[in-house]
Amino acid sequence: MFRLMHEAKPAEALGFTFDGRALTARAGDTVAAALLANGIQACRQTPVSGADRGPYCMMGVCFECLVVIDGVGNRQGCLVPLREGMRIETQAGRRHPDGG
Amino acid sequence: MITIETIGQVAEHYDIAVVGAGPAGLAAASRAAELGLSVLLADENPAPGGQIYRAITTTPVTKRAVLGEDYWKGGALVDRLRPTNAAYAPGCTVWSVAPDEAGGFELGLSLGGQARLIAAGQVILATGAQERPFPIPGWTLPGVMTAGAAQIALKASGLVPSGRTVIAGCGPLLYLLAGQLAAAGANIVAVLDTTPRRNWLAAIAAFPGFLRSPYLAKGLKLMAAARGRLPFKTGVTALAAGGSDKLTGVTVTRGGASETIPCDALLLHQGVIPGINLANAAGCAQHFDTVQHCWTPTVDDWFASSIPGIAIAGDGAGIGGAESAALRGEIAALDAARRLGRLSEAERNEKAAPTQAELARSLRGRRFLDLLYRPAPQFLAPPADETIVCRCEEVTAGQIRDTARRLGVTGPNQMKAFLRCGMGPCQGRLCGPTVVELIAQERGVSAEETGYYRLRPPVKPVTLAELAALPPTDAAIKAVVR
Amino acid sequence: MSEARRSADVIVIGGGIHGCSTAMHCAMRGLSVILIEKDHAGRHASGVNAGGVRQLARHVAEIPLSNTSMALWHRIEDLVDDDCGFTSDGQVLVAEDEEDLGNCRARVDDLTLRGFHHEELIDAAELRRLVPAVSDACPGGVVSRRDGAAIPLRATQAFKRKAQSLGADIREGVRVTRVARDGANWRVETDHGAFHSSRIVNAAGAWADRIAADLAEPVPLEVIAPMLMITARMPAFIKPVVILRKRKLSFKQFENGTVLIGGGYLGRAIRDENRTVLDWGKLATNAKTVWDLFPIMRGAPILRAWAGIEARMPDDLPVFGRSARHEGVYHQFGFSAHGFQLGPGAGAVMAEIIATGSSNVPIDGLGIARFAVSAQP
Repeated sequence: MFRLMHEAKPAEALGFTFDGRALTARAGDTVAAALLANGIQACRQTPVSGADRGPYCMMGVCFECLVVIDGVGNRQGCLVPLREGMRIETQAGRRHPDGG
Repeated sequence: MITIETIGQVAEHYDIAVVGAGPAGLAAASRAAELGLSVLLADENPAPGGQIYRAITTTPVTKRAVLGEDYWKGGALVDRLRPTNAAYAPGCTVWSVAPDEAGGFELGLSLGGQARLIAAGQVILATGAQERPFPIPGWTLPGVMTAGAAQIALKASGLVPSGRTVIAGCGPLLYLLAGQLAAAGANIVAVLDTTPRRNWLAAIAAFPGFLRSPYLAKGLKLMAAARGRLPFKTGVTALAAGGSDKLTGVTVTRGGASETIPCDALLLHQGVIPGINLANAAGCAQHFDTVQHCWTPTVDDWFASSIPGIAIAGDGAGIGGAESAALRGEIAALDAARRLGRLSEAERNEKAAPTQAELARSLRGRRFLDLLYRPAPQFLAPPADETIVCRCEEVTAGQIRDTARRLGVTGPNQMKAFLRCGMGPCQGRLCGPTVVELIAQERGVSAEETGYYRLRPPVKPVTLAELAALPPTDAAIKAVVR
Repeated sequence: MSEARRSADVIVIGGGIHGCSTAMHCAMRGLSVILIEKDHAGRHASGVNAGGVRQLARHVAEIPLSNTSMALWHRIEDLVDDDCGFTSDGQVLVAEDEEDLGNCRARVDDLTLRGFHHEELIDAAELRRLVPAVSDACPGGVVSRRDGAAIPLRATQAFKRKAQSLGADIREGVRVTRVARDGANWRVETDHGAFHSSRIVNAAGAWADRIAADLAEPVPLEVIAPMLMITARMPAFIKPVVILRKRKLSFKQFENGTVLIGGGYLGRAIRDENRTVLDWGKLATNAKTVWDLFPIMRGAPILRAWAGIEARMPDDLPVFGRSARHEGVYHQFGFSAHGFQLGPGAGAVMAEIIATGSSNVPIDGLGIARFAVSAQP
């Protein structure tokens, strides 16, 4: 779980959804940071055992923060800046290639 | 600096393509552009700075003391690039670098969901470092992250862990992060130091160098500050993260006794190693650095790799820290300018001399740190069979040991065929060093003899649709006309 | 390395699936064998190919060898103590239009006349049953139902291990520098000293032309680097391997969900450095074919692309059988990017020829004599 530190520079709040839930995060956050700021630790299930995984390295190396963004699967959440209205979904195991 | 927002704005050809906008890449791009060369600086992150100066232009952190004065030095690197004509492409992934038949290079890029092939005369890889894989039981549980990840969340988003937080591992960055998080208001319930006590014996010979090192004052200050304020536990010999679907605690072994510390976040760090995927996939030779205990691309004094025209600057060619990375970027850019005919050899040498002297100074004392913070063997090759080694394909240490023994598998490339380790999307970034270590141990040979994965492009996944829609390059059009 | 053995009944040069299979089958027949491999077994074409175990669409001259091999693939675990990841879900050649289907019909009719029945013409309905995800535009095709796929490096290493367990001496990391006559024997010089034997097998793949040249049997071997790419794990949507006739494509989903895309587009091989360079322009064409044929694949992430280093002959047929000039020399190379399936059977036939002087499996049209220069003394 993460929270915003005291004395952080103010930022615009962006609305987005995660698995249909309406949430907000700060402009400038990556998708992975926005999830962590909202107390979401797991954002995908592995295609092998189905185990829950969440952001691990936050720098594009580990591929644990893979999510579906606006219907496109396998996006690295830690590299994608959050945008207003983004529809983010858990990447479920062996997903359908078209994002569904 | 011309900021590129769409793939269409990228030119067909640049004199120099620099990959990575950390200290090495920023310095290399600035220097090359100042010499009048056309430069593309491609970086997959949304803002410049790399990891050490992550979000230097955008951070929401206002209290300078939280991140420390060294962090804010990064701003100058970006300021230097601004007045140049270099093209800077944030959010742009370079997934392939390969020699073309004209003596230059073809680069595969993706930006905003679209791919392109472009050409460059020279390439400088400034892909930096990643944290060394630190496989312990339970390290895949949500709630376990790298220390660097928490640092990135802090720098880029002003986020601090909100619950009981444990930091574990070894290396200077561990103390730095502990200090930063504490200053940012995190509730750090334990710092578990795995530095083997006997490392002091090995490191002591290198101590005279360290006494003259720029690390000294900084390092001692860091450690003293962290130790004074935080609940340190040293001599940690084993760690296991616990929890069923997410982290609930960490079990620590010290002096033969174990205890479990309940926590909400476990931040792991076992030093940093070069990020070698792009260099390796481009065909650059690499070797096993026995002091830093990691695979490192082989470069000469000008940071030229085994492939003429590809240089590797910064921590991607051996860990030296942010300051040395910028200097190495500078030197690599001068040599690239020489290869392009922009500078004579004498001009290059003259311009590089002061930077080379500064580089030597900045690396003084490095060896001491490398030896002191060398990971304990049990954190390089996990003894517990059930420990997951390849996170993507969920392959365990026991499976790798068993396959090495039973089938006589001699290297990581053969291991892939049996267990699929290293074949997931991370392409071995999180398992390669461990797989090598386990095979080497099982066979009783060195890591060098065991070898490393042959990595393949794309070093980051590209969708089939992106690939299918690749616009034809000039070369391809000419081939059809011919 | 054990220094003991410097001579044997047979020396095999090259540790691909062919060399390993021949070594294994020779050892099974009680012959002593040394196999010499410059890298490790399966390092090149045998370890990094698409793994297709295919009788479908083969040249008629290869079919007997391919039939022999297929029988062995279907009992591969008994043969080498490892299932080699072999699965048999058939291979389907998809006709993209009516004209294409007409060609398929002519091919199957021709094979029937020659007495081969492994290829079977299928209509649109059967095609849809076998390959539900295929584009609606395709009118039918050909299926070879006993075909399938295996894991190439694993299979090659299994042959190596089995050969070893039968007493074959496998020398990896040993490079042959020259082959020469030495009295009644052949001397195989390497960077680790010389080896001697009365019989040598040239199974050196993309390097076999150099061995052949030493033996004064030069061949017009072309070094090629066929490219492949593989996706992340996907939901299961296709069982058989799919190939096309008009456009280049081979397409296979493994049980683990990953999809392998190939078809013979060539990269650049740098054989003296063991390196290849990919041609992304051609891979884009390859991807476009998949995009057209399998709409379900459009968002699939490509995780890796690579190329092996292989030997291709001008007629796309292997060089297989006795030397045309020398007693005790056998050639087994030039499989032209379709040799993986042939490995088990070709090794068995080669061992039979070596041990008994002949084989009942016809190999007409595959001999090295077809490249002999007429002006030769």
